[in-house]
Amino acid sequence: MSAGNINLKLKIWRQSGMRAVGAFADYQISVSPDSSILEMLDDLNNDLEKQGKDPVVFESDCREGICGTCGLVINGHPHGPKPKIATCQLHMRHFNEGDTVWIEPFRAKAFPVIKDLMVDREGFDKIMHAGGYVSINTGGVPDANEIPIPKDVASTAMDAAECIGCGACVAACKNASAMLFVSAKVSQYSVLPQGQPEKYERVQKMVKVMDELGFGSCTNTYACEAECPKGISVKNIARLNRDFIMSKIKSNTTEIEV
Amino acid sequence: MGWLAESLNSSIGKKFIMAVTGLSLISFLLIHLIGNFTLYGGPEAFNGYVETLEIVKPVIRVIELVLALIFILHIFNGIKLWYENKKARPDTYAVDSKKENTTFSSRTMIISGSIVFIFLVLHLATFWVAFNFSGDTHEKAMVYYSVVLEWFQEGWYAGFYVIAVLLLGFHLNHGFQSAFQTFGWNHKKYFPFIKKLGTIYAILMAVGFASIPIYFFINGGN
Ligand code: HEM
Repeated sequence: MSAGNINLKLKIWRQSGMRAVGAFADYQISVSPDSSILEMLDDLNNDLEKQGKDPVVFESDCREGICGTCGLVINGHPHGPKPKIATCQLHMRHFNEGDTVWIEPFRAKAFPVIKDLMVDREGFDKIMHAGGYVSINTGGVPDANEIPIPKDVASTAMDAAECIGCGACVAACKNASAMLFVSAKVSQYSVLPQGQPEKYERVQKMVKVMDELGFGSCTNTYACEAECPKGISVKNIARLNRDFIMSKIKSNTTEIEV
Repeated sequence: MGWLAESLNSSIGKKFIMAVTGLSLISFLLIHLIGNFTLYGGPEAFNGYVETLEIVKPVIRVIELVLALIFILHIFNGIKLWYENKKARPDTYAVDSKKENTTFSSRTMIISGSIVFIFLVLHLATFWVAFNFSGDTHEKAMVYYSVVLEWFQEGWYAGFYVIAVLLLGFHLNHGFQSAFQTFGWNHKKYFPFIKKLGTIYAILMAVGFASIPIYFFINGGN
């Protein structure tokens, strides 16, 4: 290819199935600095297929950092060493000639590896099903500013809603805790008037399912915030804690049915 | 399970217990250190202080009981959380970036806590037992200071004491602000101050407690 290519040594986690034992495999690749890491893996897979070998399984969808599908641990960082980007936005120009790049799947009991770099993140869907919504009858479009919401409150909700549900927080956390994700999904409603009727029910249900799925608890190391591609703040976790404790004290519910 | 037990058994519930007990222990440590500083006043000051506590012994006994309960809850939950969290993340990464995205104090809570626990057992077995269960009250009077003096002249004892309280400092450095976050008190305006206050508190406790065995070891109480 072009003269500007860089040569990298890749160490990629290969695991043939859920119950199989995985290991790192070594690959040598010459790649354009302009390609993203996913494009590099596409190149690698083309080569592997030509050789009749099993391609590396990884997930991706939008490839513009908004869908949350791609998620690899690159040199120890979920979504790679560059802050506030998703895996698909990581370009090879950030690596130097001769570098070794380690590519691993997210590691958590609740995110079992399906194959190679692909993990099962259904747990997040289950948490959302438990309460990550607002039950309203959608009638006609409401008038703008019918319910006044101060700018900073709207911004807080929007910042929380930036969460793309990629699971990097779980991957980064030494406890594989899903607290940053759950807190973002709770906060985006908890601060808005529309979220009030179900505020306490929502938080109790989502935390219950989170616990049942085997995610760890929060030691407040804040690794999640540091690695989050959207920079979701751990202030959301504080709000989740507060809402949860208040819900236990104030709500009439004694049994949480999910 | 009743609603209360279920709440306290949830992940956030267990952390809530850690935060309540942790902050209680933080207040206790401060009072304990202020009391210990009477050692710098010589035998009269320290023995006088312990004698004063003897007068209100029934109250002290109640406080001790509450304190024991707080410690047990904190240690039991701390170990439980650590174990559950290990299970939640059984596999480790080949390359780990934890040094870049977390603090040393936050990663080592179980280690600092466990060493403090071993220290606590030794501390109770030496000072607390000697102060409370050796001879009758009148004979004991005025020997408290010399018990402390003798132990701190043992190199290994003074050394372990210093190491344990330094690790306690790391525990507090993370724990102080962590407890506020657990309660949900992370506010843009006040939290940076709480973080700083926690670090200052941790340094004060570590240096304060460590200074005493060092002083007695070097100075021999003179
Ligand atoms: C005077 C002694 C102690 C004080 C003042 C203290 C204080 C604290 C505080 C304030 C926290 C933070 C709670 C939170 O994150 O909400 C904490 C966490 C913790 N403590 Fe202690 N502690 C003490 C002794 C111990 C001991 C003896 C152990 C023994 C195992 C221990 C184990 C832990 C663990 C494992 C955590 C982290 C829990 C987690 O976030 O997952 N601590 N401590």
